[in-house]
Amino acid sequence: MSAIPTAAGGTDTASRTRQPQPFWNPLAAGVALGLVLLLTFVLTGHGLGATGASTRLAAWLGLTVAPQATAGNAYLGPMVAGGNPLPSWITWQVIGVAVGALASAWLAGRFRVQIDGARSVGTGRRLAAAFGGGLLAGFGARVAAGCTSGLGLSGAATLAISAFVFLGVFFAVGLLASRLVRGI
Amino acid sequence: MLPLNDVGLGSALLCGALFGFVLERAGFGSPCKLTGQFRLTDWSVLKVMFTAIVVAAAGLWLLRVAGVLAADAVFVPTSFLVAAAVGGALVGAGFAVGGYCPGTSVVGVFSGRIDAVVFFVGLLLGTVVFAGLYGPVIEALMTAGEVATGDTFADAWGIPDALLIAAMAAALVGVFWLGGRMERAAGGPVTAQQAVDGAERAGR
Repeated sequence: MSAIPTAAGGTDTASRTRQPQPFWNPLAAGVALGLVLLLTFVLTGHGLGATGASTRLAAWLGLTVAPQATAGNAYLGPMVAGGNPLPSWITWQVIGVAVGALASAWLAGRFRVQIDGARSVGTGRRLAAAFGGGLLAGFGARVAAGCTSGLGLSGAATLAISAFVFLGVFFAVGLLASRLVRGI
Repeated sequence: MLPLNDVGLGSALLCGALFGFVLERAGFGSPCKLTGQFRLTDWSVLKVMFTAIVVAAAGLWLLRVAGVLAADAVFVPTSFLVAAAVGGALVGAGFAVGGYCPGTSVVGVFSGRIDAVVFFVGLLLGTVVFAGLYGPVIEALMTAGEVATGDTFADAWGIPDALLIAAMAAALVGVFWLGGRMERAAGGPVTAQQAVDGAERAGR
């Protein structure tokens, strides 16, 4: 149990004594998410995403650490040709996700500094699984040119065939992988 | 005529903040809750995502039928089916093993989860590895299996949008029914208290 870090410093006791509010029920959350997605389409002409921003962040990090290799790379090169790749709609949208998630978690008393899942599989295994899972998802999202949000959720709302293929395989492989590897 | 095609900072922050807020409210910062879908003990992911898809798809259809939203004005991903399948497999495996998908990892980070920070670092490195290997082979893979006749079910195979949306709504009722039964059999979905406690019982 000592491997589980809790919120640091003096806020620890205060946040721990605070009861977390329950989650929204899935129907209400789903309707709300659908309306946010619809609003996004109506305002911008496209849906919500995530890896558009992480890809730009990776390109920016590449440009900072190894500018020549990044500029010469067949995938990242065109992205950094116009300079800093970060300023774009999708980057600001993901910053918005961070702000919205923080506000929601904080207001509902659900903000906890923790290594989630370390209790069930151990800290080392949990962090290794999180890293490996991120690696797979990062690579996969570039192959599909989208992730669960950008291609799965937003694409399915436009009734795109590729979105349903993505989601079908996503769930099938997820079911299988969770039986083969215990990462959390 | 909609869409407004607003690509400014304001719409990005607004849509993003609402997205992040709703994802956290649904419990999608918790990797135990998220991966409960794959253990079939917590069906929140499928219930929430599927409901959102039906609501947004029906909304887009209604706005188009009402003549408020221009036809073919929203972005539809191209039907590169091999890329979608390979990418879906890798993101699904990464989700099941790592506990997050790319978007929910941001929610995890901003609800205090260090494992989500590690997932996000892995996500960045996965992108760099992809860029390092990118070449003619990956490019061919990414554009393989395209449906020549169109990107949507209506364009490609003439399936009317309204019929597809109605079928999805019917399937959604089935998801809630089946998911509810399996959740009850497993002792109920992951609660907020369990999520902030690291969901010990999710590891049964």
